[in-house]
Amino acid sequence: MSDIKKIKDEFLNKLSEDLNIENVNQIKSELFGKNGKISSAFKNLGSLPNEERKKFASDLNFIKDELQEKINIKTQEIEIKEINSKLENEKIDVTLPERNIVQGKIHPVSQVIDEISSIFSEIGFSVEEGPDVENEHYNFTALNTPDNHPARDMHDTFYLDDKKELLLRTHTSPVQVRTMLKSKPPFKIIAPGRTYRSDSDQTHAPMFHQVEGLHIDKNINMGHLKGCLNYFIKSFFEVDNIKMRFRPSHFPFTEPSAEVDIGYELKDGKIVIGEGDKWLEILGCGMVHPNVLKNVKINPDKYQGYAFGIGIDRLAMLKYGINDLRAFFETDYRWLNHFGFDPLDVPSNYRGLSR
Amino acid sequence: MKFTIGWLKEHLDTKFKDSEIIEKLTDVGLEVESFERISSDLDNFKVAKIINAAKHPNADKLKVCDVDIGEQNMVKVVCGAPNAKKDLLTVYAGPGSVIPKNSMKLTISKIRGVTSHGMLCSESELNLSDESDGIIELKSNKYSDQVGKNFFKNNTEKVIDLSITPNRPDCLGVRGVARDLAAAGVGKLKNTSKMNIKSTGPQKIKVSILKDKNQGCTIFGSCLIKNVTNKQSPKWLKDKIESLGQKPISAIVDITNYVMLDLNRPLHAYDADKIDKEIIVRNSKKGETFKALDNKQYKLINDLCVISDKSGVLGLGGIIGGTRSGTEFNTKNILLESAYFLPRSIRKTSKLLNIDTDAKFRFERGIDPQSIEIGLKKAAQLITEICGGKASKFDIQRIEKDKKNKIKFKISLFERIAGFKVTDKEITKILTDLGFEISKKKLELELKIPTWRPDITQPIDIVEEIVRIKGYKNIETLEPEKTRFKDTLNKQQKLFHFLQRSVASKGYFETVTWSFTDSKLNNLFKENYKEIKILNPISSDLDVLRNSIFSNLSFYLKKNLDRGFKDISLFEIGPIFKDNKPGEQLTVIGAIKSGKISRLNWNEENRTVDVFDAKKDVIQTLIEAGYDRQNLFIREKSPSYYHPGKSGSVYLDKDDIDPVAYFGEIHPNIQKKFDIKTEALVGFEIFLDYLTDKKLKLKDSKSKFQFSDYQKSDRDFAFVVDKNFKAQDLIKIISSIDQSLIKSVKIFDVYEGENIPRNKKSIALNVTIQSSEKTLEESDLEKINKLIISTVETKSGAKIRS
Repeated sequence: MSDIKKIKDEFLNKLSEDLNIENVNQIKSELFGKNGKISSAFKNLGSLPNEERKKFASDLNFIKDELQEKINIKTQEIEIKEINSKLENEKIDVTLPERNIVQGKIHPVSQVIDEISSIFSEIGFSVEEGPDVENEHYNFTALNTPDNHPARDMHDTFYLDDKKELLLRTHTSPVQVRTMLKSKPPFKIIAPGRTYRSDSDQTHAPMFHQVEGLHIDKNINMGHLKGCLNYFIKSFFEVDNIKMRFRPSHFPFTEPSAEVDIGYELKDGKIVIGEGDKWLEILGCGMVHPNVLKNVKINPDKYQGYAFGIGIDRLAMLKYGINDLRAFFETDYRWLNHFGFDPLDVPSNYRGLSR
Repeated sequence: MKFTIGWLKEHLDTKFKDSEIIEKLTDVGLEVESFERISSDLDNFKVAKIINAAKHPNADKLKVCDVDIGEQNMVKVVCGAPNAKKDLLTVYAGPGSVIPKNSMKLTISKIRGVTSHGMLCSESELNLSDESDGIIELKSNKYSDQVGKNFFKNNTEKVIDLSITPNRPDCLGVRGVARDLAAAGVGKLKNTSKMNIKSTGPQKIKVSILKDKNQGCTIFGSCLIKNVTNKQSPKWLKDKIESLGQKPISAIVDITNYVMLDLNRPLHAYDADKIDKEIIVRNSKKGETFKALDNKQYKLINDLCVISDKSGVLGLGGIIGGTRSGTEFNTKNILLESAYFLPRSIRKTSKLLNIDTDAKFRFERGIDPQSIEIGLKKAAQLITEICGGKASKFDIQRIEKDKKNKIKFKISLFERIAGFKVTDKEITKILTDLGFEISKKKLELELKIPTWRPDITQPIDIVEEIVRIKGYKNIETLEPEKTRFKDTLNKQQKLFHFLQRSVASKGYFETVTWSFTDSKLNNLFKENYKEIKILNPISSDLDVLRNSIFSNLSFYLKKNLDRGFKDISLFEIGPIFKDNKPGEQLTVIGAIKSGKISRLNWNEENRTVDVFDAKKDVIQTLIEAGYDRQNLFIREKSPSYYHPGKSGSVYLDKDDIDPVAYFGEIHPNIQKKFDIKTEALVGFEIFLDYLTDKKLKLKDSKSKFQFSDYQKSDRDFAFVVDKNFKAQDLIKIISSIDQSLIKSVKIFDVYEGENIPRNKKSIALNVTIQSSEKTLEESDLEKINKLIISTVETKSGAKIRS
């Protein structure tokens, strides 16, 4: 008994020293190897008298477990230490740059078109489109702008044939006509797209973007028009209050017609939309002229409604503080990077219009 | 349309403040562009202080003064006045000023070798007195804090500038504006002042309007005024003309202009002695010429409305007069014309000859046909008052009867459109104030439309009149209803937005470029499309609609390379055009990529972009959009602007006719033409219109989820095939051997050269084999191995490499 007690003490002592894994293996084999001290002790069990054997076996097992446990702990300790010291040597400078990041950009016009579509989608509008090349009928005549109308001069039109029948659309309004001709009322649509006028200076580009809106039903009046635009402007500029002014104006295809101004102020040279004592014209609108409805075979005594046209580029400029319209179309890599949007930034009703 | 508040008040009796009038103008739809003083020449004269007066180095009587004119730097002025001395307050005139006394314009000049910037003025030079002995001495108690301010008060009235919409010709005259304001409650419209013009005796010059085809003139009124003395206009008239920024010419011209601006009644004055016998209003004949008051010679075609005499054309009716019959200061007898010309005729002539005049602008929009007499009266009275002379009776020729148009207006229409109520009484008042004559029949008004409102033709126009005068403020703001009739986006639109963001997410910057381009560049990408010329391009280098997006993309790529960027990825999604008819357009994504991947990266090897970058972006985009890679088919065919050996086209299906995309290296010749300098240039195009909707909606297209837990085995093969043999075909052959066992085929090496016969290449593939029923045994694998080799060898003529 005292023998194995001695072995136990001796080896527990050994195991508490600073050892490497080889030392531990050595100890392991000294104890539990073929001729190890513990193994030998077990072999000797048979030679013991019966009455002692049971007690001795029990003690031996106990000591064996204790030593085994101690060896396991020691082994783990050594392994952890070894891994730690290995990792210590693998240290690198993590402040070095990451691998190249590939980041694309969405053009502000596209982003704003998505924002507009998202806002109008919320109140039940769907998106329609039409061709960029139009004939004069859809662009003018059907919109109550006959050939001898001075309003035609105000649209500096690009023509594509000598007879001046084919042209680049000067506004998105022909989409109204096409939409109403191919289907039956009610209509509740927006039509974003490219528009063209032969006008080019600091504030005009020969190509720009408009979004047309049209809502025709049996009882749609100017109150609905005001409500719709009020909702749109507030949502678009992401403000709770907006100062808005409807001014009488004239468009051949609407009657009564209005231009809409929104209030703004200048803060540190930047336009702040919403309040303030300055007015900024942002869109034209009105009740669809009965002549237009007649031109698309809709009875104006039964159906009525409103239409509006908004400059998309201008909206983008106002919302995102872009000063120069021409820059939209100049493909300056620096500009695209600066004003462009991350492709994952998809405007939506539930995730919000913009970050 | 410009006028002063004072002028407005000649027609409007009002106590409203200027600011209130301005606001009301906008409220009724007469948009105020500006309300400010016209700057005057006298604004150049500033109160100034002499800070130092030193003797001129080269002249005893001159001094060189340092003058404080309220600006950051003092100015040096050479001055001969004996009283010029330090601390004197006086009047300074800068370069560009015109000295009132002698109308001399000042310039910066050297006086005896010293540069003088402007001058210091005497009272006589400023027409203040005859005192010319020295410069003005201003009292310091009054002027010491005025240095830099204008010496003369700008007495010109503030001018209102209105932007008048084309439907409101009546408001091109001050009286029309006053009428609208009166209707909106801003005071009362004054009655036109009683005019007691003595017009006696017949108008002796015969006037006739010929009944030519589409005669553009329907009424011609005239008055002969004899023995006038044309002269400078009196001050009140000059001031009026000048306050609008126009130059007074002579009393007769100024008076006709004044009447036009006041009543929107254009007039024309002829020198009666220069008219050959009579006035004939007729259609022009081809080849007739005349010299107009703009000093241009015009050659006419048939059937333009002209005013002529026995000798020929005098002027284009309602547009411009001719020099032959123009009035001058020595004109003795004048014939005054007040006529009505049809807008259509005016528009046709002016467009044809490209003439734009004030009269044309007004007649084109529609002049009140009943203003002929009042115009003659007002002008004749002013002329006889100012220039003397005797006016004849008015001669009025007409080929059409005057009539007032009538419309019926259901009162209920107003609320139906405007959405709010206005009492019948108020409606009646508004319309009466605007000049309508009303007879009421129960729920309907019968309205005689004022002759000055050619824009009003139907009941909806009446709604607008009421709502605009009442004020748009009164329109309610109704909450939008959320009713929906259709999905927001259709399938094609969803695809558009998806692809746009899918391409951008691969590192491309989206751009938007013109839909037109330079024909020279377009030709490089035109292929078989028709060139579509723009008749009136904004500039000669934007003269055609684009047949491809690449012309603009390449152009702007080059610009960015020139800015010093090297690795550029750009794309645009938008229209290209096949023909000049509506609908003959395609929606295309064009993308372009230059330079290197991983340039200047510390832990990645850099490499130039190549065709497989472009291919990867196309294929990945299509896969992301929901197309199955297995079905996509690649052909070598591509347009000529790609490198012929390093480009291809993508089809949704092997049997499709139209490719949905092209990809490849851009042809070196194109790079050369654009002078693009980059290590490599690749691009791709995706045609949205050909991306037909072969796929099912996501909810229907997901197949049952099945997988196999049995062991996978990989086998490598290397086949030697003809150099032209397509890898795509090899993969197809292998994967269709046994789709239940062959899970994937991957090419991991392509090799040509040593140990491989010429015209051959070696393709090494890894094939994954897995059964969904059992763990395959060595014998099964051996079987399929053999099958793969034999099938490939038979179908492709390849040899397995041992």
